[in-house]
Amino acid sequence: MAAPEPEALHTARSRAKDKSPWNWLLFIPIVVPLIPALFNADSPRLFGFPRFYWLQLAWILLGVGTTTLVYQMTKKRGDR
Amino acid sequence: MWRDHLTEIIVFSLLFLLVSAMGFVAARWRRPKDMAHLDEWGLGGRSFGGWITWFLVGGDLYTAYTFVAVPALIFGAGAAGFFAVPYTIVIYPLVFLVLCRLWSVSHRHGFVTPADFVRNRFGSPILALLVAITGIVATMPYIALQLVGIEAVLKTMGVTGDSALARHLPIIIAFAILAAYTYQSGLRAPALIAFVKDSLIYIVILVAVIWLPYKLGGWGAIFDAADAKFQASPAPGDGILLNQNNQIQYVTLAFGSALALFLYPHSITGVLASRNRDVIKRNMSALPAYSLLLGLIALLGYMAIAANVKPLPGAKEGTTDGNTVVPLLFDQQFPDWFAGVAYAAIGIGALVPAAIMSIAAANLFTRNIYKEYLKRDATPAQEANVSKITSLVVKVGAVACIVFLDPQFSIDLQLIGGVIILQTLPAVALGLYTRWFHRGALIAGWAAGMGLGMWMLYQIGNPATGKKHFAGSAFPLEKFGFDTPKTIYVGIVAVLVNLVVAALLTLVLRAAKVADGPDGTTPDDYFADEGDPRVTPGADRDADSAREPVA
Repeated sequence: MAAPEPEALHTARSRAKDKSPWNWLLFIPIVVPLIPALFNADSPRLFGFPRFYWLQLAWILLGVGTTTLVYQMTKKRGDR
Repeated sequence: MWRDHLTEIIVFSLLFLLVSAMGFVAARWRRPKDMAHLDEWGLGGRSFGGWITWFLVGGDLYTAYTFVAVPALIFGAGAAGFFAVPYTIVIYPLVFLVLCRLWSVSHRHGFVTPADFVRNRFGSPILALLVAITGIVATMPYIALQLVGIEAVLKTMGVTGDSALARHLPIIIAFAILAAYTYQSGLRAPALIAFVKDSLIYIVILVAVIWLPYKLGGWGAIFDAADAKFQASPAPGDGILLNQNNQIQYVTLAFGSALALFLYPHSITGVLASRNRDVIKRNMSALPAYSLLLGLIALLGYMAIAANVKPLPGAKEGTTDGNTVVPLLFDQQFPDWFAGVAYAAIGIGALVPAAIMSIAAANLFTRNIYKEYLKRDATPAQEANVSKITSLVVKVGAVACIVFLDPQFSIDLQLIGGVIILQTLPAVALGLYTRWFHRGALIAGWAAGMGLGMWMLYQIGNPATGKKHFAGSAFPLEKFGFDTPKTIYVGIVAVLVNLVVAALLTLVLRAAKVADGPDGTTPDDYFADEGDPRVTPGADRDADSAREPVA
């Protein structure tokens, strides 16, 4: 048989749906907030917040930004 | 005295009554054709869209206890308590893809609990039973802790009595109401109430972070006051920054807690109730809004320092109840009526997670103990019924924990809960990606991780409070023979050992050709989305409800 089984084809296609190089970006907001050397200091202060606090709160934006980007780039197009 | 807090009590009671009414009405909300099915009662029909899921999961993960205990930790120890922020940032990218796979396979096979998945994936009822029991044991004290959150508020309002019964009567009444509407409405009740709860919390916190720094001389002054307090205190581990010895603990605790959070049955319940994979992915981007809230709430601990709040006395002589600092701060700084709103936010905040947790624990019992071992041929209606009754039993158990035992006991148990739920990681989370592990090896790894975790927790004492065992989750590395004062989170060590044992034993069992269980899932199951034909509650139940069209 020359053509693959329809079932196998379907499986391969839906597998491809979940695999994307964009997904590797998700490692950034997992690793960065876990490096204390980046944020464990008082200066510079921002609105009175020591760096320890404002920078860690800023990682929230990093997380939101990355997950939103990955979601948008991996969203299924056309077949819904 | 409670008379001084009359306005607060009235506002609190009115809002509490409002959500109770909503809880009962919720049964009619998005009314299903047939409530007598576990998918309807226990998962809200698996139909929640983006907004409902956001409120539901947010209301579920960020509990009243979090809102009370995290600032209490910051108040007491400083920077180390801020781990809750990186913890709730790391979690979402971490589970972004994992939960979609779990949702898909559960959607296709009609799984209600993580243990359902494990049973099917590894063909092992024993492993599934272990996962179910771990889930129930980890969830029970968590429910009890929600009561600790309410109690901190009631205590501040002066609603206390001399006898144990009088002191706990308000909580017993609150939980009886909660039990009644959860019984009737299932997951729809917390989903509807979550709207009120979260709106109240957002309002209170926005007002607090604008108004309180203004009154207390600005953020700079607040941090300086905290710094001065920690400089003066003799404890070595506190301060507004981390020191050399607690950085590993900070990072491992944040990462370990993130790994554990979505293994808790109640988080999985919230996720499985969503409508499709897109809803989950969008929520993973939107839920960090709650992390911002949590970060600001955490800083209420420093505001309490700057405002000179003195926590109320604890249950035992000479101790203080750190959990009362936030309610006291509100009482001291806000007008009475607004303090009442804030208290209601915390009190209602306890009800949402408590309801979801009891539903999740009840589902585990029903699916993985009752149906597996007691009544194989249970109909969906019987399943729903058993779950409803179990949810009542679970709540009675939680109230009993608080009334008859020292609340400290629940806190200890919850600490253990985080460590033990992590031991289901290889079977549940890694199982979503690989079938490589042998079921026997997973059981052995679970046992090894549990044993080690328990031993490590038992070894941890706290000289300051005189507690010899279970005094925290920071394990001194010197007990492993390392010459260092650094500490590490118990859960991470235990789960690593679990993984190593599971991997090595898999190799051994494979080499010895020991029979492995069958895999009941196919690779394609992990990508199924809305529109895919479902097992339940499909056409086999209701002749005239057509199956969903296949896209």
